[in-house]
Amino acid sequence: MNIMTNPAALDVERIRGDFPILTQTIRGKPLVFLDSAASAQKPRAVIDAMVQAMETQYANIHRGLHWMSERTTEAYEAARDAAATLMNANDRSEIVFTGNSTGAINLLAHSYGRGVLKPGQAVLISGMEHHSNIVPWQMLRDANGIELRIAPVTDAGELDIAGYEALLEDGKVGLVAITHMSNVLGTVVPAERVVQIAHAHGAKVMFDGSQAIVHRKVDVQALDCDFYVWTGHKLYGPTGIGVLWGRRDLLERMPPFMGGGDMISSVAFEQSTWAAVPHKFEAGTPAILEGIGLKAAIDYVQTIGYDAMTAHEASLTEHALARLAAVEGLRVVGQAQDRGGVISFTLDKAHSHDVATLLDRQGIAVRAGHHCAEPLMRRFGLDSTARASFGIYTTRGEIDALADGLLRVREFFQ
Amino acid sequence: MTDSDSFDDLRDLYQEVILDRGRKPRHARRLETFDATAKGDNPMCGDRVQVWIALDTGSIARVGFEARGCAISVASADLMAETVQHRTVADTKSLFEAFRTLARTGACPDCAPGLAEPMEQLAPLAGVHEYPSRVKCATLPWHALMAALDGAKEASSER
Repeated sequence: MNIMTNPAALDVERIRGDFPILTQTIRGKPLVFLDSAASAQKPRAVIDAMVQAMETQYANIHRGLHWMSERTTEAYEAARDAAATLMNANDRSEIVFTGNSTGAINLLAHSYGRGVLKPGQAVLISGMEHHSNIVPWQMLRDANGIELRIAPVTDAGELDIAGYEALLEDGKVGLVAITHMSNVLGTVVPAERVVQIAHAHGAKVMFDGSQAIVHRKVDVQALDCDFYVWTGHKLYGPTGIGVLWGRRDLLERMPPFMGGGDMISSVAFEQSTWAAVPHKFEAGTPAILEGIGLKAAIDYVQTIGYDAMTAHEASLTEHALARLAAVEGLRVVGQAQDRGGVISFTLDKAHSHDVATLLDRQGIAVRAGHHCAEPLMRRFGLDSTARASFGIYTTRGEIDALADGLLRVREFFQ
Repeated sequence: MTDSDSFDDLRDLYQEVILDRGRKPRHARRLETFDATAKGDNPMCGDRVQVWIALDTGSIARVGFEARGCAISVASADLMAETVQHRTVADTKSLFEAFRTLARTGACPDCAPGLAEPMEQLAPLAGVHEYPSRVKCATLPWHALMAALDGAKEASSER
């Protein structure tokens, strides 16, 4: 197999064959899907795993004493093993399943924020966060007297490391909660340095890896971070399941977030006791089928391999930046040295919504708007941008179609 | 002018009048003297508009606006300002309902015959009905206008 002999080569046509949706035509034109950063398409393996579970073994988990429940529990818990291996977690019990990244960050903000952080301490985020890594901390600030600090972003769209370190110097920051890769700028944050600096000042670090884990190998032990969150649906898996990874000793210090079934050790009206981690944080029947789908997605990604995925994406991004630079009046927002396959841009003659609609007419799907990152938009003096984002199934031809489509849009708006 | 033949696939929504009004709106200005004003804000996409109305004995004398948004929203605000001028407040409200139907469905078969002329002026915006996410771009300035007429300071676009 080509992939085995050359880890940097990715057989994109073969991969496209794994994604049934990519044979669709949109408005009579072949689908050019450049919105994977919002949510990625699903390979046949994921679809089949979920359907097969429903058709052959579905039952509730962690409670049945019958064959179906046991098989389904095994399949669901296999997702925890797969996620632990994917991230190089020290132990499978460090993988907490949530609904998505937002759910994971809210869990952390409630449980670590209210249970471990003390009023007067601070949480440090950056100026390029998704709303999901801003609003939960604002809610914590307003409810519990935790200060919220914002690390500055440079004009190039990178984390201002000196500004970041300065905000840690008084030792009040208990937790840094920061994106690993911007969903708007594509900037990959220097994660190891972020952790070293935070730890030197006594702060723990949570990365929002919603974008990063799709494009880069994430090794939480090498990063030496304390928490890492991501979501299944951007990694070619189903919606409705996300991951909070945390160091076991930290998870054990955290009180439960939601109460209910599955998270208890025993319940009496006087007092209840909690299950061990991770189940302490997993109240109620979980997203069973989604967990099974996530396992299939992780297996799929591992088969392709991060070396091949990252190389493919770097080549696409380089090609896209070159093609977009040739479109007159187009401005790419963010020029980070280390970046992934997410490119935001504006066109001088056309608003980003018009750009998106006119590209859609040509069968090309991009996102337009503030990308759930309004403070970052304001930082760059923008209301909105158009954004093209790439996945393992994206081809150079699709990027050429985008560039040609944008040339037409610009001519149309002359 | 562009060669319209090569843009057939793009022109159903973006007719020439929309491109023209989006680029060079005739009524995009803050009124020096006005009787009512309101803002419209679409938090989902970031479009913003403010309208100013000058009234003259129960009729609209002039409408001016400032808009930050797409060609559809600017063109819609401009066509709105034009079609409501010299119209009574009651008539303007009827026209809003008729336009909203047009934007949502592409037609307004039950519209009052008296509104035929302004509805023809607004017809270039009928194409938005095929784009549910863009309907609100066309209706946001109207929501701001209605809010101003009702004495409110702000309107939010329909979702």
